[in-house]
Amino acid sequence: MKSSANPFWTLLAALCVPLAAQAGAAEQAREQCAACHALDAPEPGTRNIDERLTRKAPPLYYAGNKFRREWLESWLRQPARIRPAGVFPPAHAKSTPQGDVIDESTLPAHVALPADEAAAMADFLMQLRPFDDRLAAVRYQPGTISLRMGQMNFSKFKGCDGCHRDAPDVGGVSGPELHSAWKRLQPQFIASFIADPTAWDPNTLMPRMELNDAEVARLADYLKALQEDGS
Amino acid sequence: MRRTALTLVLALACASAFADEGARNGEKLYRVYCTQCHGLQGNGKGINAAHLSVQPRDHTDTAEMSARTDDDLFKAIKEGGKAVNKSVLMPSWKANLSDEDVRALVAYLRELCCRK
Ligand code: HEC
Ligand code: HEC
Ligand code: HEC
Repeated sequence: MKSSANPFWTLLAALCVPLAAQAGAAEQAREQCAACHALDAPEPGTRNIDERLTRKAPPLYYAGNKFRREWLESWLRQPARIRPAGVFPPAHAKSTPQGDVIDESTLPAHVALPADEAAAMADFLMQLRPFDDRLAAVRYQPGTISLRMGQMNFSKFKGCDGCHRDAPDVGGVSGPELHSAWKRLQPQFIASFIADPTAWDPNTLMPRMELNDAEVARLADYLKALQEDGS
Repeated sequence: MRRTALTLVLALACASAFADEGARNGEKLYRVYCTQCHGLQGNGKGINAAHLSVQPRDHTDTAEMSARTDDDLFKAIKEGGKAVNKSVLMPSWKANLSDEDVRALVAYLRELCCRK
């Protein structure tokens, strides 16, 4: 193996290995993830209720605008439930005389990737960034809010706790849990999604409320405070 | 005279066919957006209900629902609970749903509350 000792080949190999891993991840995503996850954007502005009714997984085509890379890599290795009632809650609920409950048997565990594949997949997903401009226009500067004020605002005043948990067993279950949102999501994404969820997803189950910049910031700062609290 | 009667019958048939189509679309919209709180059966007991400090309206309660006009319901859905002196836990859906969607939901609520 004379070539491997040659500096030219060594350099080329060093350049190509990550690229090859990423091309591999792109292919793997098409093969193993696209059956459930959208990797391509829908037609702009289309509302399609049937898509939401039959959606199997959250869209990933803007993953690079949404997630923190460190979180993504570690979650792909060890996925834990984010949406207590799944991606389309009515499909995972059942009626009982006491009211509807989540039917756990319909919520299978997510596929886990080995360390090297998780890293390459995270690199690939972080490149999917169709909404850089939207995030660049967000005027959110992370700040501080006391847990007590933040909690009251999140629940009593804004009603976010109707659908979201802000602690492992507190809050509604139809939306993704938000007690680890700050660790999972980019701050500008959080602010942008709270301000207008329909811009990210015309078929979202989250109502768009009319919130000004300061109100959005208070809510985002509360998610930050929750993380700093270590819960 | 005969003609007018026929036209009238046709018009009524069409109107009820449209109302029915509205209710069908309304049923789908209700499943997607409303059952998370109001329940798969519309009885106010959705998966979120146990976590809410104010209980969602039971849409199968004939007496309560009959006490509201279509306009009342339209406003509650479009503008949210706060706009009709009710809880903020009932969201405003005006940015997510079109007026046509909201009308379809009202038509479906009328079926839920009062079909027997
Ligand atoms: C059988 C369907 C299915 C397949 C196949 C699948 N996923 Fe998922 N994925 C889901 C569901 C359902 C969730 C939501 C989990 C939750 O909220 O707890 C999810 C969540 C995720 C999330 C978090 C998304 C978010 O917005 O919170 C990522 C990242 C992800 N999947 C990546 C992948 C990758 C990468 C692959 C391919 C290796 C893959 N998934 C294959 C169903 C699937
Ligand atoms: C009626 C239920 C509902 C209410 C009320 C609600 N949300 Fe959501 N929210 C959702 C759902 C469902 C999603 C996931 C997107 C989807 O599936 O449509 C979501 C997504 C989010 C996300 C992105 C999380 C992720 O991992 O993708 C954030 C941040 C968020 N909501 C914050 C809030 C805040 C802050 C409030 C209060 C102002 C709020 N939400 C009110 C249902 C709700
Ligand atoms: C986050 C939970 C939540 C969601 C999602 C929700 N509602 Fe409600 N809704 C409530 C609560 C709570 C009340 C009771 C408010 C009160 O009595 O103060 C209510 C009350 C109502 C009322 C009665 C208002 C009145 O005059 O008493 C109507 C009508 C209604 N909802 C329709 C809908 C429709 C249609 C949808 C779906 C588009 C929907 N709701 C989604 C929580 C919710």
